[in-house]
Amino acid sequence: MTPNGWVQFLIYFVVLLLCMRPIGIYMARIFSGELKFLRPVENAIYRICGVRRQTEMNWREYTVAMLLFSAISLLLTYVIQRTQQFLPWNPQHLPAVAPDLAWNTAASFTTNTNWQAYTPETTMSYFTQMVTLAYHNFFSAAVGIAVAVALVRGIARRETKLIGNFWVDTTRTCLYLLLPICLIYSLVLVSQGVVQNLHPYTVVQTLEHGTQTIAQGPVASQEAIKMLGTNGGGFFNANSAHPFENPTPFSNFLQMVSIFLIGAGLTVTLGRMTGSPGHGWAVFACMSILFVAGFVVAYWAESQPHPLLHGVDQRVSTLQSGGNMEGKETRFGISQSALFATITTDASCGAINSWHDSFTPLGGLVPLANIMLGEIVFGGVGSGLYGMLIYVVLSVFIAGLMVGRTPEYLGKKIEAYDVKMCMLYVLIFPILILVPAAISAVSPQMGLSVLTNHGPHGLSELLYAFTSAAGNNGSAFAGLNANTHWYNFTLGWGMLCGRFLMMVPMLALAGNLAQKKSIPPSPGTFPVNTALFTFLLTSVILIVGALTFFPALSLGPILEQLLLHHGVLVS
Amino acid sequence: MRHALIIAVRYTILTTILLGLVYPLVITGIAQVTMREKADGQLITRNGVVVGSAIIGQSFASDRYFHGRPSAAGNGYDAANSGGSNLAQSNSGLVDRVNGAVAAYQKLNPGKPVPIDLVTTSASGIDPDLSPAAAFYQVPAVAAARHLPEPTLHKLVEDHIQGREFGVFGEPRVNVLKLNLDLDALTASR
Repeated sequence: MTPNGWVQFLIYFVVLLLCMRPIGIYMARIFSGELKFLRPVENAIYRICGVRRQTEMNWREYTVAMLLFSAISLLLTYVIQRTQQFLPWNPQHLPAVAPDLAWNTAASFTTNTNWQAYTPETTMSYFTQMVTLAYHNFFSAAVGIAVAVALVRGIARRETKLIGNFWVDTTRTCLYLLLPICLIYSLVLVSQGVVQNLHPYTVVQTLEHGTQTIAQGPVASQEAIKMLGTNGGGFFNANSAHPFENPTPFSNFLQMVSIFLIGAGLTVTLGRMTGSPGHGWAVFACMSILFVAGFVVAYWAESQPHPLLHGVDQRVSTLQSGGNMEGKETRFGISQSALFATITTDASCGAINSWHDSFTPLGGLVPLANIMLGEIVFGGVGSGLYGMLIYVVLSVFIAGLMVGRTPEYLGKKIEAYDVKMCMLYVLIFPILILVPAAISAVSPQMGLSVLTNHGPHGLSELLYAFTSAAGNNGSAFAGLNANTHWYNFTLGWGMLCGRFLMMVPMLALAGNLAQKKSIPPSPGTFPVNTALFTFLLTSVILIVGALTFFPALSLGPILEQLLLHHGVLVS
Repeated sequence: MRHALIIAVRYTILTTILLGLVYPLVITGIAQVTMREKADGQLITRNGVVVGSAIIGQSFASDRYFHGRPSAAGNGYDAANSGGSNLAQSNSGLVDRVNGAVAAYQKLNPGKPVPIDLVTTSASGIDPDLSPAAAFYQVPAVAAARHLPEPTLHKLVEDHIQGREFGVFGEPRVNVLKLNLDLDALTASR
């Protein structure tokens, strides 16, 4: 750990603080309909598609629209992958993607997961990447934000069934928020060295008279939305470690900021739309505590020398960053790698600039645990906020139980139906992870044959895969070669369930809250804008997470740490 | 329901055209017109031959060049198949591989500990950089192979150290391809 590493972290946090308020207020204005400067474009889209802008939806209509759109765009993605050899911009003449892989990838990008069981530069044509994968990067993000906003409307409104119009919400998210930022951001990335072309791969003659084939592509346009929309699907296999995706430490810094930008901004949006800015800040404080804790552990762990290497200089000095450099890039060193890993799993981004599989046991525990907590630390765009609001409702409920009153949240009584929807959300998630991971762990052929590492770390690889899928993260302990029928199938369904089985209870909750009367706060109301609330919320998150996952974690990364420091290696 | 389905189909097609085609092509157009060199990958030409990209590492095996980090991309520095080793810290394969690399480097520098990045694979497998420590470590061997004085090479490495960006971001580093190109130029000029 170096002073410079902490300074980089501090600068990051300050920049995030400075950006979140303007963007949060801007988003509140998007969803209130206040912003109108793109109305002609908007109206043209609505007219062509047959959307009635002024007609709002109840939660069932909203859900149906969301599911239909997701299903159709998923289908289109599948078809394009299967027929890419007939389509333009395929200079490497890549063949059709195999059916199970194409299905897995379509599910992955539709759900904002961006799990990649393939190597992009040897599998996907430029056309496929632009038209399907980058497209989903926009719309899976927009759908997530729309659902979060619908939930916030449910909290803010009273005695109505209507929670917004799905088509209008996604269109406005893309037009006013994602597209303008990406237009500028992708050009800034090009200025740093991210490539943007449609050339065939370049063949060069190396200094030692060999040849090297260098993959190219329209990378910057995809990179921008990949980070901003917390998608995380790399244009190349090495993702944000690839010099053409993330060429400089400054581009790395920008990418880290863009992962958290919208998620952090949404806490401000929450405060504004519900008329309770203090509540937005209390939620932000809880997220920040969990964020800092994760980074400190990861940074410390990755700075430690490997206990069993001899004749190697692992110390930090002015001439090298030292620490665990396996699977890390020289230009990022330990601090930017540990910070990126923490951020990408706090949010449901899943981009990587270093391989989490090669992290130290405790360093690798951080990304895994971050996803297991539900990616609620700023979180995926939209999904982070509604995931966090589940825990907010639970905290309010538990506080209500402690004092023996009907719990209230921002003027809404929290009743049995609401708590049931929240518990559905909380229970579906671990089932999606632990059940298929357990089946894989006892299936030598289907589950274990594809692991790179064995012993406790092998279990971590399995757990990480299913956690990443259910959490719609998309990063991996990538030693697990997931391009098999079993993993394509189970992880594909894991992603779909992890997305839609959790979104539907959310929208049901939104619809139910919107119907309720608003009751004025009384002396018995538990205030949700205090430090006490932040403390309770943080505790609830940690307790729920620990109770659910600690047994599995103790057999994976924790056991690995203990064994490694007793000199035990696994072949 | 049927109405919603029609909207969903139209909406998917229309937005695919706008965001899947128009957006990336507009960005490609602007980037190609305003920043062509960067947008094409910062290719380096020597004597009319493209010898590499300034930001993509390439394989160096001979004693006459500074070596980059070990690579797990394809058969080594495969820039059309990027990736890392994904070996866990607790994997004996990792420890054996590192020990082997250390033994090889210590033949040239007996007893001197090898900088960690020189014996660990990078994340991309095409890391263009080395830590300054790893570059300095190779000076005696390269100097012997090229019959050049060590201080000259030491100076060459020093000149190639890129500090932290804006003095803060990232880590100091040495670009291996640029270093070796200048090494060739230096040898040729003698």
